[in-house]
Amino acid sequence: MTSPSPLVELRSITKRFGDFVAVDAVSLTIASGEFLTLLGASGSGKTTTLRMIAGFEPPTAGEVWMDGRPIHQLPPYKRDVNTVFQSYALFPHMSVWDNVAYGLRRRRVAKPEITQRVDAALAMVHLEPLAQRAPRQLSGGQQQRVALARALVNRPRVLLLDEPLGALDLKLRKEMQLELKHLQTQVGITFVYVTHDQEEALTMSDRIALMRGGRIEQVGTPREIYDRPATKYVADFIGETNLLGGQVRSVAGTRATLDVEGQRLEAPVPVGSAGVTAGQAVWLSVRPEVMTLLGDRPAPPEHNTLEGMVEEGIYAGSLTKLRLRLPSGTTLVLHMAPTAVAVAPGQRARVVWPVDRGVCLAA
Amino acid sequence: MTTPSLTWFDRLRSRPRVRTALAAALPVGWVTVLLFVPYLMLLVYSLRTLTPAGFIVPCKGFPPDCAWTLANYDRLFSTSVYPATIWFSARIAITVTAFSLILAYPLAYLLAFKVRRHKNLMYMAVIIPLWVSYLVRAYAWKIILGQGGILNGLLMSVGVIHQPLQFLLYSKWAVIIALTHIYTPFTLMPIYAVLESVPANLKEASQDLYADRVRTFFHIVLPLSLPGVLAGSTFAFVLSMGDFVAPQLLGGSDSALMISNVVVSLFGVAYNWPLGAAISVVMLTLVVSLLTLANRVERRFDYRGEPGRIAKTDALGAIATESRA
Repeated sequence: MTSPSPLVELRSITKRFGDFVAVDAVSLTIASGEFLTLLGASGSGKTTTLRMIAGFEPPTAGEVWMDGRPIHQLPPYKRDVNTVFQSYALFPHMSVWDNVAYGLRRRRVAKPEITQRVDAALAMVHLEPLAQRAPRQLSGGQQQRVALARALVNRPRVLLLDEPLGALDLKLRKEMQLELKHLQTQVGITFVYVTHDQEEALTMSDRIALMRGGRIEQVGTPREIYDRPATKYVADFIGETNLLGGQVRSVAGTRATLDVEGQRLEAPVPVGSAGVTAGQAVWLSVRPEVMTLLGDRPAPPEHNTLEGMVEEGIYAGSLTKLRLRLPSGTTLVLHMAPTAVAVAPGQRARVVWPVDRGVCLAA
Repeated sequence: MTTPSLTWFDRLRSRPRVRTALAAALPVGWVTVLLFVPYLMLLVYSLRTLTPAGFIVPCKGFPPDCAWTLANYDRLFSTSVYPATIWFSARIAITVTAFSLILAYPLAYLLAFKVRRHKNLMYMAVIIPLWVSYLVRAYAWKIILGQGGILNGLLMSVGVIHQPLQFLLYSKWAVIIALTHIYTPFTLMPIYAVLESVPANLKEASQDLYADRVRTFFHIVLPLSLPGVLAGSTFAFVLSMGDFVAPQLLGGSDSALMISNVVVSLFGVAYNWPLGAAISVVMLTLVVSLLTLANRVERRFDYRGEPGRIAKTDALGAIATESRA
């Protein structure tokens, strides 16, 4: 996406809890209107990063800037950000309406305007009929919407969402993902979204920052992260992939020749960082869906080929997963359309994939 | 091997209802014998009367004719002395409750939210006095407040006063101070329990929505802690209202007689059990009504709707049931 002025800037922020480094010198720029996801396993530092933007945790080192001003020393109530909490954190002693009005009242907005804005916010999340209910009388999905309305009604510059869909069941979660994304486009507020669900991140985000051990492993659009993972960890964390260990044989221009599984395979040289050099140990990552069965035809140009024995085919509705055992013992997984030719277990098969769909990663 | 034969008892106790009954027999029996029966006797005595010689009129025949009368209740309410004493006790109890709250709430707040490292130690420091004999604590105040006591000594050595203060001991303030000291832990515990259960993310959400610490306290923390405040106040009020040791040891001419002292003397020196019983029944009714009311109000303020989550609810419930029984 085109990135205009940066709205939020993390300047090498670090958070230590005793000896534990939760966030380790993270730098990140978030553009205005962007949907940025902090993705990572539990303990990767994504929630702590979010809490430092919100102001709940002061950074041990580093700075948080917003709108060209440092804000990391401001308390949460003086920051133009609002948070949707993981467990919603609705005030149990107030009605839904009062919950949503809370922020406006604290900012002493005029009464008629409060009424109008709260009603509008509740309408936006389709909750007007439940305005006078107590939070505990609502379902999880409804509470989630109240939390969203309570934050959005303040029209913050940035909305922080901490695993807001984590407590919902799968179907509702999918619905809410689309609804959230739609809402974000509609209100044009910058979203910083924390999740451990890579699929959710891919569906909703403009950009994803994948975190690991308190550091950012890779930042990029969902497509970049998925198609061009920068490290083995990213390739493995996002989606499914086949990782084949090997060694660089030679490098010619943007193309590297690798020794993998006793075969000579080609792959694009990773861009950025240091690239690869001959003799280096590497991983070749190939997504299950870019591989196809070749049959008896000769391999087309610009394709890699591997041969193995079919172990089993698993029918999974929209696709069939084929497991193939290579001579070395490694198992390859292919995703094929269910209409593809069935291959019986025990048969030999050749798989091919376009050279530029493989990713060569430093080991 | 022979099949073990079942005795009638084995067969009986294998039935679920019987098992429940057996398990409940001991506690129910305990409560019946030690609470229900005495309260019933109290009621019975309050309806009897004294002979001119000062003995309780004996019962005759069956069903027993004990010269049943409401005269004791009539006397209780027609003279101003007993209602006045009840009102005086209530005023003492209200003052004690107020002071206990003023002391307990900030301390409970500190314990729940601010103290990290020595939390258990501090909590124990509050609780341990409860394990010291009541009498020791009451007498301790005699030593502190007396004419040659620690407080007077201290004030005199600092030069604030030149004569020992007379009004410290043997006054209603001595009673109030001692009762506050004795019953503050009871006020603190339920408040602390409720504050502990206030989720941290509610305070964060409030701050996230532009409320500073003070406003977060008044809009979020305080309303959510009201059930604990109510439970704590009930403890302090009920316990100090019924106290008779502190006024006896520390009270002065204006304050030696709280309502329980009257009851004690009626059952003791005055040997007027029927009147003493009548006052007890009235007091019991007052206290039970108060507890019931408090319980109702408290349920109104309990937003979680999860019974048993908050410790004080149970404690209060136990006391209420006890008094009702």
